[in-house]
Amino acid sequence: MPDQVMPPDENIALQVRNLDFFYGDFKGLNNVNLDVANKKVTAFIGPSGCGKSTLLRTFNRMYDLYPGQRAEGQIIFHGKNLLDKSQDVNLVRAKIGMVFQKPTPFPMTIYENIAFGVRLYERMSKSAMDDRVEWALNKAALWGEVKDKLQQNGLSLSGGQQQRLCIARAVAVKPDIVLLDEPTSALDPISTAKIEELINELKSEYTIAIVTHNMQQAARVSDFTAFMYLGELIEFNETGTIFMQPVKKQTEDYITGRFG
Amino acid sequence: MMSLYTRRIWINRIGITLSMLAMSLGLIALLWILWTLFSRGFAALSWDLFTQDTPSPGTEGGGLRNAIVGSGLILFFSMLISTPIGILAGIYLAEYGRVSRFASFTRFMTDIMLSAPSIVIGLFVYALFVVTTGGFSGWAGSLALALIAIPVVVRTTENMLKLVPTSLREAAFAVGAPRWQVSLKVTLRAVKSGVVTGVLLAMARITGETAPLLFTALNNQFFSTNMSEPMGNLPVVIFQFALSPYDNWVNLAWGGALLIALLVLAVNIGVRIVFRNKVKR
Repeated sequence: MPDQVMPPDENIALQVRNLDFFYGDFKGLNNVNLDVANKKVTAFIGPSGCGKSTLLRTFNRMYDLYPGQRAEGQIIFHGKNLLDKSQDVNLVRAKIGMVFQKPTPFPMTIYENIAFGVRLYERMSKSAMDDRVEWALNKAALWGEVKDKLQQNGLSLSGGQQQRLCIARAVAVKPDIVLLDEPTSALDPISTAKIEELINELKSEYTIAIVTHNMQQAARVSDFTAFMYLGELIEFNETGTIFMQPVKKQTEDYITGRFG
Repeated sequence: MMSLYTRRIWINRIGITLSMLAMSLGLIALLWILWTLFSRGFAALSWDLFTQDTPSPGTEGGGLRNAIVGSGLILFFSMLISTPIGILAGIYLAEYGRVSRFASFTRFMTDIMLSAPSIVIGLFVYALFVVTTGGFSGWAGSLALALIAIPVVVRTTENMLKLVPTSLREAAFAVGAPRWQVSLKVTLRAVKSGVVTGVLLAMARITGETAPLLFTALNNQFFSTNMSEPMGNLPVVIFQFALSPYDNWVNLAWGGALLIALLVLAVNIGVRIVFRNKVKR
């Protein structure tokens, strides 16, 4: 169905249809179809190399940076196909933010880390920017810890704080969707708990898609879970169903730890 | 068994002795150069060196003021030309043209420029600039030195940017930043100290270049800050004075050589200190 526009559905943030992905000749995703629910947390689980990160990176077209990688099919966002060549990728990325596995603060002050993305698409006064920075840091539950050192380098924070800074940075540009690519795998348990708490709070305002290796984490934070294996979407359902009554044998084997 | 072991010990001893010999040979040569330079150069150091201009042949006294100021001006403008061009070209190679054919071609040409004999570059500027503008000038000297410095800056900038982790670059793209903002505001800033190092090393490299200045800035016996005229500069003065039969001139040449060596040494040591502190953090 080339360029067919789906009817907008308020409960759906992203509609993935017949999505194939290629790393050169290697097919990384095979005919993936799923809906990412609006203002819910959708988790993607599966063994390494199953394509869950690849799928996440199609949502903000991060793969565009690398020649040789391409996606075919449709990802409908606000009634338009994200994968269209005419789509402005920078605008897509401003609307669909991303947080990575390793904390990646920019080499600038904490304040500038937040303001950098905001300035790209909004013109505002100094005081409005101050407010926005405070607002974003509050959203990421970091304001209390950094409010007295906004002019310090972002790299001076601890790993967990850096990751929350990255979440604040993603939230600051007011996106619709926040993609989290294994956001806690480089963090200690306490920082992990803080991030998970944060995800729970953020989902009232943002659609969240999270890739995780940690099945307990998927069970704790998500409303929906997608299990992927070898580039295919094996099973996709409400998180409770996936973990308690999976339909497919592969899903059951994976969540009970019998393979992976 | 035992004999095999003793044999190995002896081979080891011989190996270490040979490599120590080779090392001391190199070190002796270096120390000899430095010793001669410092002992003769310090003898020539005086306040007059910085306040008097180069003397006429056969006269006593005089200094190197015109050459020091001229060298400073030529160096300043050549770095002013080469720094932005070199950094922007390095950004192009690292951020924009990783796989493009034009980038590989540019990279190849840069490597050739890096190893090009400096006299060839001097001749090139002479033919294209000096001849067309009608005379030797400070500008021509700056241009020739800039052509030597550019490839050094390009290569260090590119290599530094390649060290930036992909994750940082992706993170900058992920907030919706266009490529030029990612390059200038995030990745370049992440390797700022490395790029500054490259620029300073390029400066150290061209400080002592003589051949390209012979055809371009030439020399000027008198004090001048006019970049459109021939301009005095340390390397060419050293070259001329050292070969002259006048003791006073030879003496001044040693003083100038010491000044250049000290400047290059200071830049190199300064770079190391800056870099060491960065690495520790």
